[in-house]
Amino acid sequence: MAYLTCKNLALGYEGQAVLSDISFEVNPGDYLCVVGENGSGKTTLMKTILGLHKPLSGTITFGDGLKQSEIGYLPQQTAVQRDFPATVREIVLSGCQALAGRRPFYSKEEKQMAARNLERMNLEEYASRCYRELSGGQQQRVLLARALCATRKMLILDEPVSGLDPKVTAEMYALIRRLNREDGISVMMITHDVSVALREATHVLHAGENVFFGTREDYLCSPLARRFLIQEGGASA
Amino acid sequence: MIDTLARYFQFPFVRYALIVGVLIALCSSLLGVTLVLRRFSFIGDGLSHVAFGAIAIAGVLHLAEARMLFVMPVTVLSAVLLLRTGKNTKIKGDSAVAMISVGAMALGYLIMNVFSTSTNLSGDVCSTLFGSMSILTLTKTEVWLCIGLSIAVLVIFVLFYNKLFAVTFDEDFARAAGMKVDAFNLMIAIVVAVIIVLAMNLVGSLLISALIVFPAMSAMRVYKSFRSVTICAASVSVVCAVAGILVSIVASTPVGSTIVAADIVAFLIFSLIAKIRK
Ligand SMILES: Nc1ncnc2c1ncn2[C@@H]1O[C@H](COP(=O)(O)OP(=O)(O)OP(=O)(O)O)[C@@H](O)[C@H]1O
Ligand SMILES: [Mg+2]
Repeated sequence: MAYLTCKNLALGYEGQAVLSDISFEVNPGDYLCVVGENGSGKTTLMKTILGLHKPLSGTITFGDGLKQSEIGYLPQQTAVQRDFPATVREIVLSGCQALAGRRPFYSKEEKQMAARNLERMNLEEYASRCYRELSGGQQQRVLLARALCATRKMLILDEPVSGLDPKVTAEMYALIRRLNREDGISVMMITHDVSVALREATHVLHAGENVFFGTREDYLCSPLARRFLIQEGGASA
Repeated sequence: MIDTLARYFQFPFVRYALIVGVLIALCSSLLGVTLVLRRFSFIGDGLSHVAFGAIAIAGVLHLAEARMLFVMPVTVLSAVLLLRTGKNTKIKGDSAVAMISVGAMALGYLIMNVFSTSTNLSGDVCSTLFGSMSILTLTKTEVWLCIGLSIAVLVIFVLFYNKLFAVTFDEDFARAAGMKVDAFNLMIAIVVAVIIVLAMNLVGSLLISALIVFPAMSAMRVYKSFRSVTICAASVSVVCAVAGILVSIVASTPVGSTIVAADIVAFLIFSLIAKIRK
């Protein structure tokens, strides 16, 4: 059974559909890229999966031992104010909230896990630093470490590289790839860069007027992808 | 001066006043950090106005001893309402809060004027707004109620500290992690309402926001982690409350504004430290 199965989903706000007729699934080990233009509803889809919004219609089911609250997620924009006092360690530890549940304090294992994830993201030296004093790329890694505390199975990443320079972007993609291949974490990554989707993903969900879902190979042959790639080629030429 | 203080401390109600002052300062500063960071300080402000209106009505109903039992539920209820309206689209929520709070004040004053039998109306109004001339007017029931509720607030704060951080830092993430954020916010609003009613006795309704905002802002100037900001805000607030109460006893100044003055001085000192560190 798949970790996540969405059937005939329609999403939107106040009854107004933004996206409709979405069906796809994420299996253990999958790397799904969600592509689509600005405003096509990618973020809305993610929030609906996480239970922050209700779908207008359709069903979302979780399986294979995955619960909704066990998904780690990296938001597109955090509404963190500039003056928020919080250290990197405090933020990463807060990712253990789902595990802690009703327990008021974090257990030793949870603290160790937070320390391990800090290490995984090469953040040990920043552990006691203030979050707001880090660079964008470092902040993004902190939030990824937090997401990793929340899950062992599935990550949802909303444009994890926006605002990062090419070198840091490449590092970020490599990190995510490693989490997927070596640690076996399923990844659902939102991006508007089709070429990245074609390079990194095993499956692609194209959101928009016409919805496509399938493997990367199928997507490569689809008219949707070709149109996108030609546009991009044209733009850079 | 020491003599004066020593003489005062022979009276049990002076000691009570100090205990109550410290507890209230502690509770309000702890919650203040969250309220300031989540831009929720408006709830504190709105509620203090509502509490003023409620006290006016309690006065008219001659609830003297039992007035807390009336004011508390009314304020808690308004907290729930304010949170609801505040969440609706930002701007409209703001105006709704303004309407409720200013409306409660106007009605409160009106009711006091029309029905009051007091010979010293403006004195009554003034002490409700700015706190009593001295907190020595606290009744024994109020003192014990205050001690009990403050301890409850402290226990809740410690038990929910980690969740409070999670919600304050990133509400969506906390929600996705399975936290019942709405219920949690409701609890915060209720706790804030309780603190405000308690603090009315100390500093009066117009000055309560100062107890909530100043210590948190002072701490945030210098400290960078949530934990140290929380601890620092609590310490600053307690020190200022004690200093304010002692000064007000010796210099016979109004206790509420003396405490707030101490908070302002602390804020200036912390701002200076932050400047120097840079
Ligand atoms: N809170 C909201 N209330 C009403 N409409 C919204 C809300 N958030 C987003 N929308 C609308 O829903 C549509 C989809 O938004 P969404 O953020 O999901 O797009 P996206 O695909 O993530 O875009 P981007 O690539 O820019 O991140 C947009 O037209 C947007 O205007
Ligand atoms: Mg988006």
